[in-house]
Amino acid sequence: MGMRYFGTSVQRQEDKKFLMGQGRYVDDIEFVGMLHGAFLRAEIAHAKINGIDASAAREIPGVHAVYTLDDLGDPYPDKPMTTAYASPLLKQTICQHLLAKDEVCFVGQTVALVVAESRHIAEDALSRIVVDYEPLPAVADCRDALDDDAPPTHLGLESNLVGNFYGKFGDIDAAFAEAAHTFKVDFHEHRGGCHAMECRNIITNYDPGKDETTVYLTTQSPFLIRRLMARYFEEDESKIRVICPDVGGGFGPKNGPYAEEFVLAIVSKQLQRPVKWIEDRREHFVATNTQGDQMWHMEIACEDDGKILGARGRVIHDMGAFVPYGLLLPATSVFPLPGPYALPALDVTLDAVFTNKTCTSPVRGAGRPNAAYAMERLIETVARGLKLDPADVRRRNFVRKDQFPYTTGGTLPSGDPAVYDSGDFHSLLDMALYKAGYPGFKKRQAAARQEGRYLGMGISSCIEDTGFGPYEGVKVKVQPSGKVLLQTGAASQGQGHQTVYSQIVAEELGVNIESIVYQSADTGTVPHGVATAGSRVTANAGPASQAAARLVRKKALKLAAEVLEIDEDDLDIEDGVVRAIPESGRNVNISLGDLSFKLTPLMNGKVPEGYEPELEATSFTSSTGVPHASGSSVAEVEVDVETGEVKLVNYVIAHDCGNMINPMLVDGQIVGGVVHGIGNALFERMVYDENAQPMSMNYGEFLLPIATEMPPIQVLHQETPSPHNELGVKGAGEGGTIPAANAIIAAIENALEPFGVVVNDHPVDPQRICELLDAAQDSASAA
Amino acid sequence: MSEQNNDEREITLTVNGKTYRETVETRIHLADFLRLQLKLTGTHLGCEHGVCGACTILVDGEAVRSCLMLAVQANGSDVTTIEGLADGEELTPIQKAFSEHHALQCGFCTSGMIMSLTAYIAENPGADEEAIREAISGNICRCTGYQSIVAAGVAVAAK
Repeated sequence: MGMRYFGTSVQRQEDKKFLMGQGRYVDDIEFVGMLHGAFLRAEIAHAKINGIDASAAREIPGVHAVYTLDDLGDPYPDKPMTTAYASPLLKQTICQHLLAKDEVCFVGQTVALVVAESRHIAEDALSRIVVDYEPLPAVADCRDALDDDAPPTHLGLESNLVGNFYGKFGDIDAAFAEAAHTFKVDFHEHRGGCHAMECRNIITNYDPGKDETTVYLTTQSPFLIRRLMARYFEEDESKIRVICPDVGGGFGPKNGPYAEEFVLAIVSKQLQRPVKWIEDRREHFVATNTQGDQMWHMEIACEDDGKILGARGRVIHDMGAFVPYGLLLPATSVFPLPGPYALPALDVTLDAVFTNKTCTSPVRGAGRPNAAYAMERLIETVARGLKLDPADVRRRNFVRKDQFPYTTGGTLPSGDPAVYDSGDFHSLLDMALYKAGYPGFKKRQAAARQEGRYLGMGISSCIEDTGFGPYEGVKVKVQPSGKVLLQTGAASQGQGHQTVYSQIVAEELGVNIESIVYQSADTGTVPHGVATAGSRVTANAGPASQAAARLVRKKALKLAAEVLEIDEDDLDIEDGVVRAIPESGRNVNISLGDLSFKLTPLMNGKVPEGYEPELEATSFTSSTGVPHASGSSVAEVEVDVETGEVKLVNYVIAHDCGNMINPMLVDGQIVGGVVHGIGNALFERMVYDENAQPMSMNYGEFLLPIATEMPPIQVLHQETPSPHNELGVKGAGEGGTIPAANAIIAAIENALEPFGVVVNDHPVDPQRICELLDAAQDSASAA
Repeated sequence: MSEQNNDEREITLTVNGKTYRETVETRIHLADFLRLQLKLTGTHLGCEHGVCGACTILVDGEAVRSCLMLAVQANGSDVTTIEGLADGEELTPIQKAFSEHHALQCGFCTSGMIMSLTAYIAENPGADEEAIREAISGNICRCTGYQSIVAAGVAVAAK
């Protein structure tokens, strides 16, 4: 057996270039003759366009062209984009034209494009374009969108309803009829945007000789974008090549599709020049999909001991102005709802509504953090209502270890029943509570209160459906040099794919990890892939890497046995060399490189009989079901009741993503994910005024978590292998984010228990905490 | 407007030990000058309004946001970018510590983080965790959650 890589914290293979400033992101790429684009965007949330005058912009030296929708030519004025995820539940599938037609429906919508010698000149020219807008009433708040007097978000709409999504199982009426207690709770959830440190960037380069467009793109889904472009342009997929160079973070909104890449593809072809567009940060706030708002009205039925009988309610979900992503967010907000709990009955209806705001699509976790927050709110509500320990309420309702595989009663968006494969939720919670010092906390809290300090502890538990299919393609190929080419379709935005899949292949094949050459995310060269989204890649590309390496190993051993005239069972592969094992009594060997050489003969050569050329294999092996990761978090906070400031004292997360391929990288995903969730709980708020005009367009107004505000984050692991793949792995990318908001909010409520403050909505800022404290004191003095 | 903004000046400056004499548009900020004119693309632009810190470089030894400084203001200065840290293939202790502590994921904020810490630790050897957190409080990272970056900084400062 060669080196052990699986399960060890191998340092990342991709680091050195980034440390030396040699990463190559889209904006670092240049081509001869490249032009630069800048988009004119809607400045009003809802308006009719009576005319666009771009003549002055066209006069500016260095401007090559200005495009409005009509300037793109036929068929584009009558060809809106299509949604990436069509669904029969969509009642109104409104997608935008590549550039605004005669109406703008959110601030940030693409209206025109200037193409110039430089970005500076292109931006100069934008200010010379005159758009005659006729303002229309706008819907800014999803809670108002279905009101009788709500204005239409698009001219001519009779209703702002996009569609409904339902989560229903069990006998909900019986659950509420039999319940000893029922409680109602309403809460508003807001999740911020993408805010990857690299914005969205594009270069399109049309080659007239080949009639082929190459798109350099910051996407998480190169194959999805290629397919959507090919369909829209009615082209063969071979005529569009999507390449992801290094990408500076994704977090969901970089899945696309976006109008900008379609416009740039058209323009590069028309001008026969490479065209670059670099999104600036101000644009990013409005032009890149965000996740928006949800209003939940929930009711829960339970017994005296907190055992839950059923939950029901209604959710209003803000879709933004168009539906590029179908009902993916509503679906992921509802189907994971039972969370880690054995819930006998559920009846939730979600109204997805249009507003005149930036389009929405998943941000780290998609709707799962919303669903987890909803379920955890219900647990908190029960615990508060019945004066029970919130940890005990969780324990009483968790799916037990002996219940796996556990069928929830609900269905996945695919129509398949939701089945939890494995886990141990009780032990995860106990691990987290113990590490956080929960058992002795009440005493510490009481002592602090004596000193006027308000400490609080909050819990949050979750499950995460990870690794959805269908596959990620992986190709492993030994080259005559002995180097092993590893190709995956999956695009990386920093997750460490190169290291993780190299670990699997190096171990399975018996080579040194340094001998692996990694290529990914180029539709022109690598096997088909799907998307880096939903914590899905490791549970797909992992098994495929293992299977492809195993096929190559098998072929190498068979050929080596013939060449060395030895039994295959007497051979092993170590450091890239096939050797006779000591027990065989022979001392012979041949390198994988030499075997590759034999399988790739040139002129006058001959492929060994019974073999296909090349020492290579491609696999699309994936998980056979949905691997469910799980976790419990415990946050400790101190709240200043004078200023409303929340200091994060400590954060513990016990997480189970099955077997860990690289524990260091798992920790990196979990800690980064927790901080994203902390941002959702306390900081990130995209503010719009009543006319749907965005008010938080820079990092002074929109707060992201920074180093000084973060608590120590302790990650504990439990490894319950998934039975759905031989590696036993589950996804780890979003498990930190999903439970975080409730842990923080519940900790604040726990700290402010003496005042009877219930927060419920997130994010919560110091001003809101002061308002809640004032309101609590007012009602106390009134009583 | 471009016809008013194409005012140009000649500047001389040293970047990573090499002296450049360049003609530059007065409106071009230092980050764009380094990236577009000198082709030093290791300096990244994350927000272009001086908050995210991705474009941090050293100007005469001080950590500076190169999106908030005009190229003409760097006339006569000694500039160091991420490309100027390693000695050939030999990484600096901070660069090595970033890899050892998994202090980078997508790599986009990494240049600025390393430049901020390089300047800070040079001035404050032995800095503790709180000080390191403060030192990078002007650099935003969306991937790591900062903990591993702080650990890398503390490890180097303790050496």
